[in-house]
Amino acid sequence: MKCLRLTVPAAAATSLGMKWAGQVGSIVVLLAGSAAVAGCISVNAPDKPIVIELNINIKQEVVYRLADDVKQNIDANPDIF
Amino acid sequence: MTLIAHTFLRRTGLLAPAVALAFAGMAAPALADRDPAYAAARASGQVGEKTDGYLGVIGGGADVRALADKINIQRRANYTQRAASQNATVEEYAFTQGCMLILRTAPGEKYQAPDGSWQTRGGGAPQRDGRCP
Repeated sequence: MKCLRLTVPAAAATSLGMKWAGQVGSIVVLLAGSAAVAGCISVNAPDKPIVIELNINIKQEVVYRLADDVKQNIDANPDIF
Repeated sequence: MTLIAHTFLRRTGLLAPAVALAFAGMAAPALADRDPAYAAARASGQVGEKTDGYLGVIGGGADVRALADKINIQRRANYTQRAASQNATVEEYAFTQGCMLILRTAPGEKYQAPDGSWQTRGGGAPQRDGRCP
Protein backbone atom coordinates (compact mmCIF):
# COMPACT_ATOMS: atom_id res chain seq x y z
CA MET A 1 0.00 0.00 0.00
CA LYS A 2 1.44 3.39 -0.96
CA CYS A 3 0.65 6.33 1.36
CA LEU A 4 1.02 10.04 0.75
CA ARG A 5 3.84 11.59 2.75
CA LEU A 6 2.86 15.19 3.46
CA THR A 7 5.70 16.25 5.81
CA VAL A 8 9.39 15.64 6.08
CA PRO A 9 9.77 14.24 9.62
CA ALA A 10 13.24 15.59 10.38
CA ALA A 11 13.02 19.20 9.11
CA ALA A 12 10.79 20.76 11.81
CA ALA A 13 12.62 19.21 14.77
CA THR A 14 16.10 20.34 13.78
CA SER A 15 15.26 24.04 13.32
CA LEU A 16 14.02 24.44 16.93
CA GLY A 17 15.86 24.29 20.22
CA MET A 18 16.43 21.08 22.11
CA LYS A 19 13.76 22.07 24.70
CA TRP A 20 10.91 21.67 22.24
CA ALA A 21 12.46 19.09 20.03
CA GLY A 22 10.71 16.10 21.65
CA GLN A 23 7.25 17.68 21.58
CA VAL A 24 7.58 19.01 18.04
CA GLY A 25 8.82 15.60 16.98
CA SER A 26 5.79 13.89 18.48
CA ILE A 27 3.43 16.41 16.84
CA VAL A 28 5.07 15.71 13.49
CA VAL A 29 4.65 11.99 14.05
CA LEU A 30 0.99 12.57 14.99
CA LEU A 31 0.38 14.67 11.87
CA ALA A 32 2.05 12.08 9.69
CA GLY A 33 -0.09 9.42 11.30
CA SER A 34 -3.37 11.27 10.69
CA ALA A 35 -2.29 12.02 7.11
CA ALA A 36 -1.70 8.31 6.59
CA VAL A 37 -5.18 7.47 7.88
CA ALA A 38 -6.85 10.12 5.70
CA GLY A 39 -4.85 9.34 2.56
CA CYS A 40 -5.27 5.54 2.44
CA ILE A 41 -8.55 3.95 1.58
CA SER A 42 -8.78 0.22 2.15
CA VAL A 43 -11.41 -1.72 0.26
CA ASN A 44 -12.27 -5.23 1.38
CA ALA A 45 -14.04 -7.63 -1.00
CA PRO A 46 -17.07 -9.41 0.55
CA ASP A 47 -16.39 -13.06 1.35
CA LYS A 48 -19.86 -14.14 0.18
CA PRO A 49 -21.04 -13.92 -3.45
CA ILE A 50 -23.45 -11.11 -4.27
CA VAL A 51 -26.86 -12.61 -5.02
CA ILE A 52 -29.39 -10.56 -6.93
CA GLU A 53 -32.90 -11.74 -6.20
CA LEU A 54 -34.66 -11.60 -9.58
CA ASN A 55 -37.94 -13.05 -8.33
CA ILE A 56 -38.52 -10.30 -5.78
CA ASN A 57 -41.13 -8.58 -7.95
CA ILE A 58 -43.31 -11.64 -8.44
CA LYS A 59 -46.45 -11.15 -6.40
CA GLN A 60 -48.18 -14.00 -4.62
CA GLU A 61 -51.58 -13.04 -6.07
CA VAL A 62 -50.23 -13.51 -9.61
CA VAL A 63 -48.79 -16.91 -8.66
CA TYR A 64 -52.18 -18.01 -7.28
CA ARG A 65 -53.98 -16.78 -10.38
CA LEU A 66 -51.66 -18.85 -12.62
CA ALA A 67 -51.76 -21.99 -10.46
CA ASP A 68 -54.51 -23.77 -12.42
CA ASP A 69 -53.02 -22.99 -15.80
CA VAL A 70 -49.59 -24.37 -14.94
CA LYS A 71 -51.17 -27.67 -13.85
CA GLN A 72 -52.94 -27.96 -17.20
CA ASN A 73 -49.70 -27.06 -18.93
CA ILE A 74 -47.88 -30.06 -17.42
CA ASP A 75 -50.61 -32.41 -18.62
CA ALA A 76 -50.62 -30.83 -22.09
CA ASN A 77 -46.82 -30.99 -22.52
CA PRO A 78 -45.51 -34.06 -20.67
CA ASP A 79 -42.39 -34.23 -22.86
CA ILE A 80 -40.82 -30.99 -21.63
CA PHE A 81 -41.65 -31.35 -17.92
CA MET B 1 -42.30 -52.96 -25.02
CA THR B 2 -41.02 -53.77 -28.48
CA LEU B 3 -39.06 -56.74 -27.17
CA ILE B 4 -42.11 -58.15 -25.41
CA ALA B 5 -44.19 -57.57 -28.51
CA HIS B 6 -41.66 -59.37 -30.67
CA THR B 7 -41.40 -62.31 -28.28
CA PHE B 8 -45.16 -62.51 -28.13
CA LEU B 9 -45.46 -62.42 -31.89
CA ARG B 10 -42.80 -65.08 -32.35
CA ARG B 11 -44.33 -67.42 -29.77
CA THR B 12 -47.89 -67.15 -30.95
CA GLY B 13 -47.01 -66.89 -34.59
CA LEU B 14 -49.55 -64.11 -34.96
CA LEU B 15 -48.15 -61.77 -37.55
CA ALA B 16 -51.41 -60.38 -38.86
CA PRO B 17 -51.28 -56.64 -39.60
CA ALA B 18 -54.19 -56.09 -37.20
CA VAL B 19 -52.15 -57.38 -34.27
CA ALA B 20 -49.17 -55.25 -35.24
CA LEU B 21 -51.40 -52.20 -35.44
CA ALA B 22 -52.86 -52.91 -32.01
CA PHE B 23 -49.36 -52.95 -30.50
CA ALA B 24 -48.38 -49.82 -32.40
CA GLY B 25 -51.42 -48.09 -30.95
CA MET B 26 -50.41 -49.08 -27.43
CA ALA B 27 -46.86 -47.84 -27.93
CA ALA B 28 -47.88 -44.45 -29.34
CA PRO B 29 -48.71 -42.61 -26.05
CA ALA B 30 -45.23 -43.41 -24.72
CA LEU B 31 -43.69 -41.25 -27.47
CA ALA B 32 -45.42 -38.15 -26.08
CA ASP B 33 -43.86 -38.67 -22.63
CA ARG B 34 -40.34 -37.94 -21.49
CA ASP B 35 -37.38 -38.78 -23.66
CA PRO B 36 -35.61 -41.84 -22.12
CA ALA B 37 -32.34 -39.91 -21.76
CA TYR B 38 -34.19 -37.09 -19.96
CA ALA B 39 -36.01 -39.57 -17.70
CA ALA B 40 -32.68 -41.22 -16.86
CA ALA B 41 -30.98 -37.87 -16.13
CA ARG B 42 -33.82 -36.92 -13.77
CA ALA B 43 -33.80 -40.28 -11.98
CA SER B 44 -30.02 -40.21 -11.47
CA GLY B 45 -30.07 -36.63 -10.15
CA GLN B 46 -27.97 -35.18 -12.99
CA VAL B 47 -30.68 -32.62 -13.67
CA GLY B 48 -33.11 -31.03 -11.23
CA GLU B 49 -35.99 -28.58 -11.12
CA LYS B 50 -34.94 -25.00 -10.33
CA THR B 51 -37.12 -22.45 -8.56
CA ASP B 52 -37.33 -20.34 -11.73
CA GLY B 53 -39.15 -23.03 -13.72
CA TYR B 54 -36.18 -24.32 -15.69
CA LEU B 55 -33.94 -27.36 -15.43
CA GLY B 56 -30.59 -27.10 -13.69
CA VAL B 57 -27.59 -29.31 -14.40
CA ILE B 58 -26.00 -30.87 -11.31
CA GLY B 59 -23.82 -33.59 -12.81
CA GLY B 60 -23.05 -35.50 -15.98
CA GLY B 61 -21.24 -34.40 -19.09
CA ALA B 62 -21.83 -32.23 -22.11
CA ASP B 63 -24.63 -34.50 -23.31
CA VAL B 64 -26.64 -33.86 -20.13
CA ARG B 65 -26.10 -30.11 -20.48
CA ALA B 66 -27.20 -30.22 -24.12
CA LEU B 67 -30.31 -32.14 -23.10
CA ALA B 68 -31.18 -29.62 -20.39
CA ASP B 69 -30.54 -26.69 -22.75
CA LYS B 70 -32.84 -28.19 -25.36
CA ILE B 71 -35.69 -28.71 -22.89
CA ASN B 72 -35.18 -25.27 -21.33
CA ILE B 73 -35.48 -23.65 -24.76
CA GLN B 74 -38.72 -25.55 -25.30
CA ARG B 75 -39.92 -24.54 -21.85
CA ARG B 76 -39.15 -20.88 -22.45
CA ALA B 77 -41.14 -20.91 -25.71
CA ASN B 78 -44.01 -22.60 -23.90
CA TYR B 79 -43.92 -20.13 -20.96
CA THR B 80 -43.80 -17.17 -23.34
CA GLN B 81 -46.92 -18.38 -25.15
CA ARG B 82 -48.82 -19.30 -21.99
CA ALA B 83 -47.87 -16.11 -20.15
CA ALA B 84 -49.22 -13.99 -23.00
CA SER B 85 -52.58 -15.77 -22.88
CA GLN B 86 -52.74 -15.30 -19.10
CA ASN B 87 -51.65 -11.63 -19.11
CA ALA B 88 -48.61 -12.45 -17.02
CA THR B 89 -44.90 -11.96 -17.55
CA VAL B 90 -42.74 -14.88 -18.67
CA GLU B 91 -40.90 -14.76 -15.32
CA GLU B 92 -44.14 -14.89 -13.34
CA TYR B 93 -45.44 -17.81 -15.35
CA ALA B 94 -42.11 -19.66 -15.21
CA PHE B 95 -41.85 -19.16 -11.45
CA THR B 96 -45.37 -20.51 -10.89
CA GLN B 97 -44.60 -23.46 -13.14
CA GLY B 98 -41.44 -24.06 -11.09
CA CYS B 99 -43.52 -24.20 -7.89
CA MET B 100 -45.68 -26.90 -9.44
CA LEU B 101 -42.78 -28.83 -10.99
CA ILE B 102 -40.93 -28.93 -7.65
CA LEU B 103 -44.10 -30.16 -5.95
CA ARG B 104 -44.43 -32.91 -8.54
CA THR B 105 -40.85 -34.19 -8.34
CA ALA B 106 -40.69 -37.90 -7.50
CA PRO B 107 -38.73 -39.15 -4.46
CA GLY B 108 -35.04 -39.32 -5.35
CA GLU B 109 -35.20 -36.51 -7.92
CA LYS B 110 -33.37 -33.22 -7.36
CA TYR B 111 -34.94 -29.81 -6.83
CA GLN B 112 -33.70 -26.37 -5.81
CA ALA B 113 -34.70 -25.03 -2.39
CA PRO B 114 -35.55 -21.31 -1.94
CA ASP B 115 -32.00 -20.67 -0.64
CA GLY B 116 -30.58 -21.97 -3.95
CA SER B 117 -29.24 -25.27 -2.63
CA TRP B 118 -29.94 -28.58 -4.35
CA GLN B 119 -32.10 -30.98 -2.41
CA THR B 120 -33.13 -34.58 -3.03
CA ARG B 121 -36.86 -35.09 -2.85
CA GLY B 122 -37.81 -37.30 0.01
CA GLY B 123 -41.12 -38.74 1.03
CA GLY B 124 -42.46 -35.48 2.50
CA ALA B 125 -43.27 -32.10 0.99
CA PRO B 126 -40.41 -30.26 -0.78
CA GLN B 127 -38.99 -26.96 0.47
CA ARG B 128 -40.68 -24.26 -1.61
CA ASP B 129 -40.89 -20.49 -1.85
CA GLY B 130 -43.45 -18.89 0.44
CA ARG B 131 -45.34 -17.53 -2.57
CA CYS B 132 -45.98 -20.96 -4.06
CA PRO B 133 -49.64 -22.01 -4.07
